[in-house]
Amino acid sequence: MKVRAQVAMVMNLDKCIGCHTCSITCKNVWTSREGMEYVWFNNVETKPGVGYPHEWENQERWNGGWQRKGNGTIEPKQGARWRILTNIFSNPNLPQLDDYYEPFTFDYDTLQRAPESPMVPTARPKSIITGEVKDKIDGGPNWEDDLGGESAERLKDVNADGIDPDLLASFENTFLFYLPRLCEHCLNPTCVASCPSGSIYKREEDGIVLVDQDKCRGWRMCVSGCPYKKIYYNWHTGKAEKCTFCYPRIESGQPTICSETCVGRLRYLGVMLYDADRIEKAASVEQEQDLYEAQLGLFLDPKDPAVQMQARQDGIPDNWLEAAKRSPIYKMAVEWRLAFPLHPEYRTLPMVWYIPPLSPAAGSVENAAPEPDGLPDTSSLRIPVRYLANLLTAGNEEPIVRALDRLLAMRRYMRKKDMGDDAALLLPSVGLSESQIEEMYRYLAIADYEDRYVIPTSHQEAMSHSFDDQGSCGFSADSRFSEGVTGASLFAGKERSNAQFISVDEIRRGNRRP
Amino acid sequence: MANLHEFFFQIYPYIAGSVFLLGSLLRFERGQYTWTSDSSELLRRGTLRFGSNLFHIGVLFLFLGHVIGLLMPEVFGMLGIGLQGHQLTAMISGGLFGFACLIGLAMLIHRRVTEPRIRATTRVMDMVVLVWILITLSFGLGTLYFSAQELSGSNLTPLAQWARHIVTFHGGAASFVTEVPPVYQVHMVLGMTLFALIPFSRLVHIWSGFALVVYLLRPYQVVRPGLRQR
Repeated sequence: MKVRAQVAMVMNLDKCIGCHTCSITCKNVWTSREGMEYVWFNNVETKPGVGYPHEWENQERWNGGWQRKGNGTIEPKQGARWRILTNIFSNPNLPQLDDYYEPFTFDYDTLQRAPESPMVPTARPKSIITGEVKDKIDGGPNWEDDLGGESAERLKDVNADGIDPDLLASFENTFLFYLPRLCEHCLNPTCVASCPSGSIYKREEDGIVLVDQDKCRGWRMCVSGCPYKKIYYNWHTGKAEKCTFCYPRIESGQPTICSETCVGRLRYLGVMLYDADRIEKAASVEQEQDLYEAQLGLFLDPKDPAVQMQARQDGIPDNWLEAAKRSPIYKMAVEWRLAFPLHPEYRTLPMVWYIPPLSPAAGSVENAAPEPDGLPDTSSLRIPVRYLANLLTAGNEEPIVRALDRLLAMRRYMRKKDMGDDAALLLPSVGLSESQIEEMYRYLAIADYEDRYVIPTSHQEAMSHSFDDQGSCGFSADSRFSEGVTGASLFAGKERSNAQFISVDEIRRGNRRP
Repeated sequence: MANLHEFFFQIYPYIAGSVFLLGSLLRFERGQYTWTSDSSELLRRGTLRFGSNLFHIGVLFLFLGHVIGLLMPEVFGMLGIGLQGHQLTAMISGGLFGFACLIGLAMLIHRRVTEPRIRATTRVMDMVVLVWILITLSFGLGTLYFSAQELSGSNLTPLAQWARHIVTFHGGAASFVTEVPPVYQVHMVLGMTLFALIPFSRLVHIWSGFALVVYLLRPYQVVRPGLRQR
C-alpha cells in the first residue's frame, strides 16, 4: 500500500441553477489572454446536449480515454506510444477550432464613429483570430444553454443511449439539468500518458495535474488523449494549457475560484486518501460498470489507524490527515454513496464527482399522481435514471437509484421532522441512520462554507525555497518572468530563484514573442 | 574568389554550427517557454494530413541520408555496394524522398498562405524558414542533374571528404570542393545557414523531435514529488 492524498471535488447537481458564475470567474482569472479566447477551463453544459467542444463524450469520434486490450492491460484509446508518435505530424483525433467556436468580438468602433444616417448602425461580429467580419455567429461555449440548440443536434448526446428518442424530442417530456465541468484531475490521466515530452504531471502532494509550460513542445497529443477535452491548445504560445485547480489558492487553503464564487453553494472540496499501488489494477477491471466500485475501492478510510500509520510513513503531513477525516468528499462519495465519477468508462479514475439531480415527476398530469407528501417516487422522476447512469456509472442504474432514494428520503425525513411527524418511520429502506440523514442535511442543504471546503494548507517549506520567493508574483505564464528551466545554471553559480517580477510597462507594451 | 571559397567552406561551417549549437543551448536555457513546434493544426487542419506527413517523412529521410552518405560511407562498403552503387542509391532514394518533401512543403506553404486563420497567425520567421527550406531543397534536387552526368560516383568522394574534414576539425577541407559544380556549393551554403536559423525559429522543435525516443521508454504516468522528496 502506498498512501497518497488528493484534493478532490464533488458537485451537487441538484442545486446547480446554470448561472455560469463559475465559468466567468474562472475565465477572468485564468484564460483572458490571447490564444486562450476559446478556452474554458470551467464551463457549464445543459444536459441533454452535445456539450463543449461538440460531442466531446463521443469517443468513437475523438478516441479519448483508455481502452482495455484482450490481455487485460490498458492503453490510450488513441493508440499505444508508437501509434501516438506516428500521429505527431498530423493528429487525426485533434478537435478543430470549429468544434469549439471561432472566438469573436463586435465592431464597436462603428457604433461610435458612424456618421448620422437614417439607419441605426450595427456592430458586426469580427473574428478575433483573423480580424475579418463574420456574417453569422454559429457557435459558442454555451450554444445550447437551457436546451436552446436544435433538438436534432441534441439527439447526438451519447448519454441518451437506450432512451426513447421521443422522450428527448417531445416538448411535454422535456427535462434538463446542468453539468458544470472542469479538469477531473484523474488518478489515471490519459493526457499525462499521451504527452510525448513528459511535460504533464500529477503533483504527488495534492494530486493536481499540471502542464509544465516550459517543457511542453506543442505535440498536442494530450488534447486528443483527454476524454473530457479539458486540455486546450493555446494557438498563440503553441503550448497546451489546462485547469490548474487554482493550485496557488489550494496551497494556501482556499477553495478554487469556481468553488469560491459558486452562487448555488454546490461545490465541495476535501482531501481523499487513496492507494497509489492499485491504480492500474482498478483502471483495468474488465467490466466498465465495475469501474465505479473499483475506484471506490482505491479510497482509504482516513479514520483507520493502519491507513494513518502508512500515510505518515509515506510523508503525508498531519494536517492533511486531520483534513481527510473531515473531508466532505469522503462522506458523499464513500459513506453516503451519493456522488459518482463522470464517465468512469473512460478508465481515467476522475476525481471530480457528481451528486445526481432530482427532478419533478414526469408524464402527463393524470398519471403524475405525486405521493401524499408531495414528493415523487424515484421511478417517476422526469430525468430518466438511465440517462444519469449513462453519465455517471457507465449505465449501471442501481447505484443511481440508491442515491436518488437517499436524497428523497432526506427530504421526506426533514419535512416530517419540521412538521412534527414521526420522521424515523421513513428510514429503513435507504440504509442510512437518523444521524447520517441529519448530517447529510447539514452538508447538502445548509452547506456552510466550513463544511464545504476542508482544504489543508500545503507545507510551503516542502514545495519551494521560500527565501527566494520573497517579492515574487507567485504565478506567471510568460517567459519574460521565467526562471529559465534547467536545474543547473548555464553560467555556473547558484540555482536561480523562483522570483518573478512583473514589469507593468512591459505588459502595457503588449505581449509579443521573439 | 579563393578567399570567399575559403570562407564559405572552411570558416562558415563553424560559424553556422556554433550559432546552431550555442543558440539552441541559450534558448533552451533562457527562453524555453518559446520552445515549441508551434502547431497550427487546431486552427484549421486543411491539407496538413498529407502535407505535413510528406514533408516530415521526406526531410527526415534526407537528413539521415546526408549523415550516412557523407559521414559514414563505409556503411555502403559493408553492404557490398561500390561507389557507383552508393551514388545510384543516393540519387534514387534522395530524389524520391526529396520530391515527396517538396510536394509536402508546397502544400504546407500553400496552406499557410491561403487559409485565413493560418495566414493571420503566421510570424515572419515561420515564412522565412519555409521559403529557406524550399530554396535549399530545390538546389539539392538540382544536383540530381549534375550527378546524372557522371555516374561513376567520383564526385561523391570530395563531398564526403569535405564533410568529414569539417566535422573532425581538420584544415584544408575547402580544397576538396573547389571543383564541384556551383549548384552543390549553393546548396551547401544554404543548408549550413538553415542550421543557423534553427535557434531563431520554430525549428528548435527538431531537437525535441529526436528526444521523443524517451517517450517510448517512459512509464505512462508521471508524478512529480514536492521539493522535500526530491
